[in-house]
Formats: sequence, structure tokens, C-alpha cells
Amino acid sequence: MSRISKEEVVHVAHLARLAISEDEADMFTKQLDDIITYAEQLNELDTEGVEPTTHVLDLKNVLRKDEPKNWISKDEALKNAPKQQDGQFKVPSVLE
Amino acid sequence: MSLFEYTLRELQEKLHNKEITVTELVDESYKRIGEVEDQVKAFLTLNEEAARAQAAALDEERGSAKAKLFGLPIGVKDNIVTKGLRTTAASQFLDNFEDPLYDATVVKKLSDAKSVTIGKLNMDEFAMGSSNENSSYFATRNPWNTEYVPGGSSGGSAAAVAAGEVPYSLGSDTGGSIRQPAAYCGVVGLKPTYGRVSRFGLIAFASSLDQIGPITRNVEDNAFLLETISGHDPMDSTSANVEVPNFTDALTGDVKGLKIAVPKEYLSEGVTPEVKEAVQSALKQYEELGATWEEVSLPHSKYALSTYYLLASSEASANLARFDGVRYGRRTENAETMLDMFKRSRAEGFGDEVKRRIMLGTFALSSGYYDAYYKKAQQVRTLIKNDFDKVFENYDVIIGPTTPTPAFKVGEKSDDPLTMYANDILTIPVNLAGVPGISIPCGFSNEGLPIGLQIIGKHFDEQMVYRAAHAFEQATDFHKQRPSLGGAQS
Repeated sequence: MSRISKEEVVHVAHLARLAISEDEADMFTKQLDDIITYAEQLNELDTEGVEPTTHVLDLKNVLRKDEPKNWISKDEALKNAPKQQDGQFKVPSVLE
Repeated sequence: MSLFEYTLRELQEKLHNKEITVTELVDESYKRIGEVEDQVKAFLTLNEEAARAQAAALDEERGSAKAKLFGLPIGVKDNIVTKGLRTTAASQFLDNFEDPLYDATVVKKLSDAKSVTIGKLNMDEFAMGSSNENSSYFATRNPWNTEYVPGGSSGGSAAAVAAGEVPYSLGSDTGGSIRQPAAYCGVVGLKPTYGRVSRFGLIAFASSLDQIGPITRNVEDNAFLLETISGHDPMDSTSANVEVPNFTDALTGDVKGLKIAVPKEYLSEGVTPEVKEAVQSALKQYEELGATWEEVSLPHSKYALSTYYLLASSEASANLARFDGVRYGRRTENAETMLDMFKRSRAEGFGDEVKRRIMLGTFALSSGYYDAYYKKAQQVRTLIKNDFDKVFENYDVIIGPTTPTPAFKVGEKSDDPLTMYANDILTIPVNLAGVPGISIPCGFSNEGLPIGLQIIGKHFDEQMVYRAAHAFEQATDFHKQRPSLGGAQS
């Protein structure tokens, strides 16, 4: 039985903001299905009551004062932008 | 004889005594790059003009200088950002990223220590891969035989050191990406304890696993470099506020009474006979040096690979969401709406392996699957970590192979993600547990390819790892062998 359908792959690609072709959708459906099927070996383990590890060091409440700092200038921030105009990042219109 | 046959400390002594100049060291590096780079292909970007100018300036101030890495030429993996120096993470998405505007904390530390950055090293795109074949530029080759892969994802970092292009380099390790290429290329690579080295300025792959570490020709150099790049960093909230010991002090050559654990899972089927043999000889060597070893079990090892791919891909899908084509990087020419721009820019900029992992991660984190995949994997991670904690109650270090086989041929596994993933089966558990691990040379295959010995320690016990690694190195001469650069000339 397949774990992931082509429709799901297309939906996941949309969620991940990735344009994929028909061929890629077929390829990823097969490959993700293989990987997920393999990963389901984790179901052999009883993990009832096991705490999930999110961080190996048990660091807690890493805080700092909220102080303004000089980082980069506006010109620097725009330096690597693929498109810019009037000191701002330029993107396609979001309004009709 | 190359200047890089000397240890970093010997080179510094020569600089101090005015036997050599920084310019000569930097010349040596670029000369060797000129000789072998068309075969090895380790570098994505060279920093030649700036490096030569820096060398000349350092030569002027020589004598007064006491900086830790004064004048020593280094190569840096291309997922570590360098101010004013192109940084691509080997991705087309960042092909035009000529200036990241700031230095990663490790790069700042290198520059404070006055080392000279020679260039940026090739890798698997966004550090995703085990062979370097996922670089979107070209595949780096193994200097021992250029028909073989150098390993991944720090393949450029390991190959450049093995080929004598630089005496030392930085890599990053998420599931074995320093240790596996170090093993394949016959050099020394350490993944420090998670939190030992700042990740600030490392282009994130899987934030809970990634760690920057040193790749060198010998253990002493490795410890020397780790001393420089370690330490708490307020810019990285996962960085640990612990003391940085003098790692080179641990290199006594003495392992009498050292208690070694050998997990039976690390020598099971899948590990080739010649790798097993090399590890068994290494254990004999340790016995002769006065250490003892016993077989132990890390029972959840077989689940590490699945756990890793679910967790690393989930974190990758979140981390790579920042690549949207707005502030830097690739922007598609063919989009009229904002959403279309995101989708096409990412589709054009990312390679297949990166897309595959983003897709897997997005799926594992999506509503309805989160508990079944992501949370489950986090729980199994706890079991894997507990396995290590238990063994370390009674032993000083864990020893096994770094990889199940020596390097494989270019193209041999590139069509099959799952087979490719299995290369990291012995290194991944170390990242999941967050403990330090080193790979050092311990033998050669019948085909003359290096074999790596992995030594794993407790959290923040790099000293013990180095002590064990150094004692073995002193008793053997595997690290003194040099590659022939034989094989295919492509």
C-alpha cells in the first residue's frame, strides 16, 4: 500500500512553496513513499510516555536584554536584493 | 617536501624564527591548488587577491604577533558565511550571493586569530548529501583515487586537506558530514559536542544537529584549531556556556587504563570485512597501549537513520523557508504573482536532493502526520540518547568504524536516495545524542582507499576523544600516507 499519493505530494509542494512538474510529482511520490515506508520501522518501538528530545543539552530560557544594536545599513540590506526600487525590496504586486 | 607536512605549531615556530614568511605559506597553498585543483575540484571560490594582501600585511607585523593561528592558510566550507566573500552553500539559489555582509562567529574567531582564508570549499548543496555529488556546481573528487567520491557533505573541506591544498579547513556535520569525508579522504575530522562551537553564520540545515568542526592532517592540529573556534556566543542561543579547556594539553600519548566500549551494532552486517579488520587491529593497538575494551550494545542504533531523516528534513523544511527570492539569492524571471514568484524561484534555485528533503519535512510536519512522524522521531531520539548515556556510565570512549565501507565510485549510488543515506548509519547516532566524535585514519582497503576509525566521547569531553585519537596516531603511521591523485582525469 502506498503511504503517500500523488495528490498529497502536489499539496505538500504547494505548502512548501515549491513549483513542481508532473514528472517531478511522479518521481517524488515514489521516492517519498520509499523513505516514509522505511521510516515506519519506528512504529516497532513503544514510545508511550517517552519525553521527546528537542535539545540535547537541556538549555533553558536563554534570554538577553532587548537593546537596539547597529547591524547593517539600509543600503547594505538591499545590496544582495535581486530587485529593488526607492530603497525597498521590489516584489510582484499583491493586489489586483 | 611540502610546508604543509609540518604541524600547525611547527609552521608557527618557523614563522616566528623567520625561517618562512606568511607570503610563502599562502604561495604554497595557491601553488598546490594550481597543480591539483583540476583533478580534485575542492574549491568553489578562491580568495586569492585578499589572501595575498593579508599575507603581505601580516609579514609586516611579524615578530610582535602572538595570535593563535597567525599566518596559517585555511579553507572554509561554503555554508559558513564570510563578509565580502561569495558564499553559495553549493546551491544555484545563492549563486549570486557575493557578500553575506557579516562573518560567521567562527570566521570572526579565525580572523581575530589572524589565519588567512584561502577560499570557500565545495559541498553537497545546503549540506545535504554523502558524496559531494549534490553540489550544484561540480563533484569534488577523492584525492586517493579521483574515480571515487570524497564523501559528503564536507567533501571539499576533506579533499583540500588530503590533497595538500590547505593544511586545515572547517567543515560542518549534521549526520556525519565532517567524519564521513574525513574517513574517505584519510584525514582527521571532529564533530564537537553540540553547542561547543557557535552556529551563528552557518547556513542552517538542521538546527538541532548541525555543528561546525575542524578537518586536519593530524590530531594535534585538530585540537589546536578547536581551541580557537570554540566558546559561548550570545549570537547563538543554542551555544553552551561552558569553559573551553586547552585541548592540546590532553595529548599525552597515554591511554593506560582507558576503558573502551565497542558497540556490537557498529560491526554488524553491512560493515565490509576490510573495515572490520582495520577496526579490530586498532583495538589490538589500544590493548598494547594499555587500554581495555569490551563489547556493548546501543540497541536503538538501527532506528537512528529513520529518526534522523524525519528530524533533519523537518528542520530543513523550516530553515529553507527563508529562501524566497526577495532579499537575496535567486529570483525567477517568470512570475507575475507573489506566490508564483516564491514557488518558481525556489524550484529554479534548489536541486533535487534539497527539494526531496523539503518535501519530506513539510509532509512530516503537516497536520495529521506531525504526531506519527515528527513527534515519534523526537521520542526515539530520546531512546538513542539514553543508549549513549548508559554506556558512558561505565566507559570513557566508544570506538567503531566511521563508515561501513571505504569511499564508493562517483555515480555508483546517486540514483538511490535510501542506499546513499545508509553511508551515514554509524555517524548519525552521534549527532542525535549531541556527543563529540572524531574520525582518524586507521587503515587502507585493498584498493588503497583510506578507512576511518570513529572515537566518540561524552558531552564536552573532547579532551578524552583527542587523547585516545592522539595515542593511536602516535603508535601508527596511517596519517602519514599521502594520496597519489591517481584514477580518472575528468
